[in-house]
Amino acid sequence: MNRWLSKRLAKTVWLGVSLLPALWLVLAAFTDQLGANPAEALIRATGDWTLRMLCVVMAITPMRVTFGIPVLARFRRMAGLFVYFYVVLHLLAYSGFDMGFDVADIAKDIAKRPFILVGFSAFVLLTPLALTSFNRAIRALGGKRWQALHRLIYAIAVLALLHFFWMRAGKNNFTEVAVYAAVIGALLAWRIARVLGGKTS
Amino acid sequence: MLIKTRNNGFHHPVASEITDRQVYEGRRDLLRWMAVGAAGAGMASWASRQALAQVSGVVQRPGKLAALNARPSVVDGAVTMEKSTSYKDASSYNNFYEFGTDKADPAVNARTLKTTPWTVEIEGLVKKPGRFGMDDLLGLSPMEERIYRLRCVEGWSMVIPWVGYSLAELIKRVEPLGSAKYLEFVSLADPKTMPGVRSGVLDWPYVEGLRLDEAMHPLTLLTFGMYGEVLPNQNGAPVRLIVPWKYGFKSGKSIVKIRFTDKPPATAWNKAAPNEYGFFSNVNPSVDHPRWSQATERRIGEDGLFSKKRKTLMFNGYEAQVGQLYAGMDLKKLY
Repeated sequence: MNRWLSKRLAKTVWLGVSLLPALWLVLAAFTDQLGANPAEALIRATGDWTLRMLCVVMAITPMRVTFGIPVLARFRRMAGLFVYFYVVLHLLAYSGFDMGFDVADIAKDIAKRPFILVGFSAFVLLTPLALTSFNRAIRALGGKRWQALHRLIYAIAVLALLHFFWMRAGKNNFTEVAVYAAVIGALLAWRIARVLGGKTS
Repeated sequence: MLIKTRNNGFHHPVASEITDRQVYEGRRDLLRWMAVGAAGAGMASWASRQALAQVSGVVQRPGKLAALNARPSVVDGAVTMEKSTSYKDASSYNNFYEFGTDKADPAVNARTLKTTPWTVEIEGLVKKPGRFGMDDLLGLSPMEERIYRLRCVEGWSMVIPWVGYSLAELIKRVEPLGSAKYLEFVSLADPKTMPGVRSGVLDWPYVEGLRLDEAMHPLTLLTFGMYGEVLPNQNGAPVRLIVPWKYGFKSGKSIVKIRFTDKPPATAWNKAAPNEYGFFSNVNPSVDHPRWSQATERRIGEDGLFSKKRKTLMFNGYEAQVGQLYAGMDLKKLY
């Protein structure tokens, strides 16, 4: 496992797989396979994939430690950038399809609707993480400060969940929310348990 | 006597807001041009769908279910000239939680709904309560075709040619008592055939309600079909209500009971979230849902992904017909 994952090809495969959902959505949009309301389908799907990528990036460290696959650390940056990639698509889809790229309307909407505000805050918080993902930024900040900054991901995950929960609240439809909450909750609990056990890294 | 001025009357667009004919027709040319493929093979499928849909305004039978013949309605406001939503969209994008909360669920899951035999029970404050079989109901009054705008509380809309007759015909038949002020509409809740009823999304059965004068309004339609055919299961077969000036959830599907009462019925969504869904729930662009604006709507199947949403009209554009029902009411409070 470790040997295969340390190959260059593994990163390319990871990149390709992470891009698949976006490619599928573009193809589906152009071939009219997104149902009666393609705009809504694109906004929702890009949001879903943001959450999924968030779960993936947060799962890397627990997997690495639990199953002893140190080489997994190689994929963390790319996985994190894919969270940002999908959230940017999500924000673009909302801004374009729902708001017609009207900046004043978007600003009003963010101020008016708490669940939009929460989602937007998560995006804003994620931006410095994406911007400091390259090696020089890590060196410039210093490892400690960089890590402290990137712990923001935990807050972002909670905001993203709240955003999703609120969106579904109108329909009392929490099945999927519960699934994501369970996954993210478990990944956070693993970290808390480690801190309490004194095995921080 | 109501004297309508520009300030309180039905909002007809002013002349300057009417799209220039050349511009309007130019859009169709553009669509046709794109359909030819000049704008790329990908865009063509979308554009040709639009171009084909524009060919005629006549409602065509999709040929999926039994025909239900009707004459065009002569009721004021009952036939909009707007382009009807495609049958495919209208029968595959549904909110019918008894069959699942995803809009694609009902079209898949509602196959199990058993619509024969079917009876509608009329009870409560009426002189002549009883059970109506489907044959009684279908023959009670001549079928009319009504092309209504449908505005969902979620912010999307369709234009659907329904088949049915004014609910008032049935109400007159059962002779409400003087004490009857409200009607309660109860939808089927059968856990054996409706998977969603086993979930706790709402307090089943689905209950909706109207004030008696709303129910008596000629636009309130007891509906048996759409697009010239009987209703597909996912659209509320075999009989449902359509109240075109209210958000879609006010129009109960697959109705099994109508009860006449003297108090406002406890309706399903009002019970679930009273601050979000009022008893009246008239379409009103100036009263926002707590979590989103109601000022605009996306017309399903219309235009491209990047077109602006259209403005939502007061009472969904039926203000001239139904506005007087709410004269003197504070619609911001009684949403």
